Amino acid sequence: MNAPSITASAQTEAVTKTFDLSAALKDAFRSALITFGLSIPILSFRTEQSGADLFLSSRWGLALIVTAIVFGLRLLIHAFTASRAYRKAIPSPRQATELVHAQPSAFQHVSRFAIPFFLGVAIAFPVLIYLIQGGLNESRYWIDLGILILTYVMLGWGLNIVVGLAGLLDLGYVAFYAVGAYSYALLSTTFGLSFWICLPLAGILAAFWGMILGFPVLRLRGDYLAIVTLAFGEIIRLVLINWVDVTNGAAGISSIPRATFFGIPFTASEDGFAATFGLEFNGMHRMIFLYYLILALALLTNFVTMRLRKLPVGRAWEALREDEIACRSLGINTTNTKLTAFAIGAMFGGFAGSFFAVRQGFVSPESFNFLESAIILAIVVMGGMGSQIGVAIAAIVLVGGPEVLRNLTFLKAVFGEGFDPNEYRLLLFGLGMVAMMVWRPRGLISEREPSVILKERKAISGSLVKEGHG
Amino acid sequence: MTAGASIQQTALNAGREPLLSVRGVKTYYGNIIALKGVDMDVHEGEIVTLIGANGAGKSTLMMTIFGNPRAREGTITYAGRDITKMPTHEIAQLSIAQSPEGRRIFPRMTVFENLQMGASINGFAHFDQDLERVCTLFPRLKERLQQRGGTLSGGEQQMLAIARALMSRPKLLLLDEPSLGLAPLIVKQIFSIIKELNEKDGMTVFLVEQNAYHALKLAHRGYVMVTGNITMSGTGKELLEDPQVRAAYLEGGHH
Repeated sequence: MNAPSITASAQTEAVTKTFDLSAALKDAFRSALITFGLSIPILSFRTEQSGADLFLSSRWGLALIVTAIVFGLRLLIHAFTASRAYRKAIPSPRQATELVHAQPSAFQHVSRFAIPFFLGVAIAFPVLIYLIQGGLNESRYWIDLGILILTYVMLGWGLNIVVGLAGLLDLGYVAFYAVGAYSYALLSTTFGLSFWICLPLAGILAAFWGMILGFPVLRLRGDYLAIVTLAFGEIIRLVLINWVDVTNGAAGISSIPRATFFGIPFTASEDGFAATFGLEFNGMHRMIFLYYLILALALLTNFVTMRLRKLPVGRAWEALREDEIACRSLGINTTNTKLTAFAIGAMFGGFAGSFFAVRQGFVSPESFNFLESAIILAIVVMGGMGSQIGVAIAAIVLVGGPEVLRNLTFLKAVFGEGFDPNEYRLLLFGLGMVAMMVWRPRGLISEREPSVILKERKAISGSLVKEGHG
Repeated sequence: MTAGASIQQTALNAGREPLLSVRGVKTYYGNIIALKGVDMDVHEGEIVTLIGANGAGKSTLMMTIFGNPRAREGTITYAGRDITKMPTHEIAQLSIAQSPEGRRIFPRMTVFENLQMGASINGFAHFDQDLERVCTLFPRLKERLQQRGGTLSGGEQQMLAIARALMSRPKLLLLDEPSLGLAPLIVKQIFSIIKELNEKDGMTVFLVEQNAYHALKLAHRGYVMVTGNITMSGTGKELLEDPQVRAAYLEGGHH
């Protein structure tokens, strides 16, 4: 492998932030060319037998795809090594002997561009899809996928409060999701309450169950806590299956009323959403509304978490994660701190659950099995415990990834016609996890962002360094 | 510290109610007894040190005062209140602060956030003033306010642990081995800060130390602990000159 000049220059000269794009492109192009050359005898032709005759059929498309992949990967490797060289050349914030106030952390690097970008994409997503797909009905699949991903982003953010901030390993988070979903399902079908009344009620009920779980596990940590929360999740599921009188058992609750646009139903009738706004009736209106609803709920979760982090209770959560004994000797009531973490985390799980119920129109205990908890936890762990943007990225990768794989038809050309990526979902999950453990053991974004950023003090410390105090 | 001052101090204390008093305290770890009935007093405005070998129970006594582990027998009173059965966080709210063994700073939080945690007891009432004060005491920390606690050197972490404890404006400061694993120069620095806190601010300090020479030189009074019992007590000077103490803890000359 001809080493790119980037790494060499990194150690000798002053490293520039932007890596040498033209060199990288050249190298990637060279690799692509070699790949293409190699693929001519290996991939481009295929022998097909028809009776006694042997035909040669060409597969240039496949060869081109493989070449493109090699090109892209090569470019990525360059970008990666360049950024690593840059990081090595610049003292890291972990290095104690150097003063590093002015050096923005990895988080700040990412967040400066990533947050507005992701937010913009999330808000414009239905419009973009509409334009790309050229019609409401055609974009149904993508909007559905968007809703699914955002639900997991929200669940990830909710669990992040418990696991990421307070450091309480919770393997039964799906229990609160279930409580939220069943709260809405039961309240709306039994009492005919509307979604907008049930949503806060579901949150409150889930928070209440969060506290109920919190009490017995107050004294537990780590593995033991994980086991008890795992059991709690299963108990909730088993109760839902067996308490047939109330929950209708394994058959679940169906025909749950749908959400209305602040009282205006999404129906084709006179007073429906389409008629009110002078649009032609389309079922997709409801989907797009649901998309924005879950986006709003997820952003609410994020906003509340970010605010709480800056308040004493949020800082107490983080301190609790770091050192419980020190916390207590600083006068923090660890009991209350843990219970609030469980309750607030559960509340957002409950919101997401009632959204799930209103979206599906049907809930059954099978939707709330351990695998769901595992996926949500995997999102939080992969994202980097406590990092909001990391969790969002992990949710997109873990939930959207398998769907994208499903759409890559050329995989069928490689692995055969019967290949269904969804069957390999868990395998890919596992591979992803192993890769994470090797390369980023503390998650995608492991750097914790300080809750307070002192601006004016930089100058003070800077001047002290010059005096030789550093 | 002059000998006259210590004797004067002891005489002064004779008629007064101690700020912290430990009476017949027994602490167990499971079935193993760690403290076998300890009696000890700390008066207001004093520096009291507890010295002893490894595993004597010094840190256990310190933690027992904070209710973790809890004393199985005996009483601990602070400013006239029985705190024996009080939860740890409530004890901390009585303006007792602790810099525990092993520093126990919050490694992923910045120095500034660590100090905020220290100030959260009194609701950030005098946060800016207190921040200014600890920054004057520990200029090193001021330089590193925005740095993560875990990236500090051992000495800086110790300073941070003490600074964090000071943020709540405690009346009584409990310090567990502030000199552990530190370079002699930094030990000297930390001990001079303890002295300053006591003399200027009138802070009462209870100091658990292995570094017997420095601790006894600094303290008004000292206690010697051997396997869960207080075996000796006296002024710092008396203990420093005691042949038994010298043989057991000061062998090998002055550190």
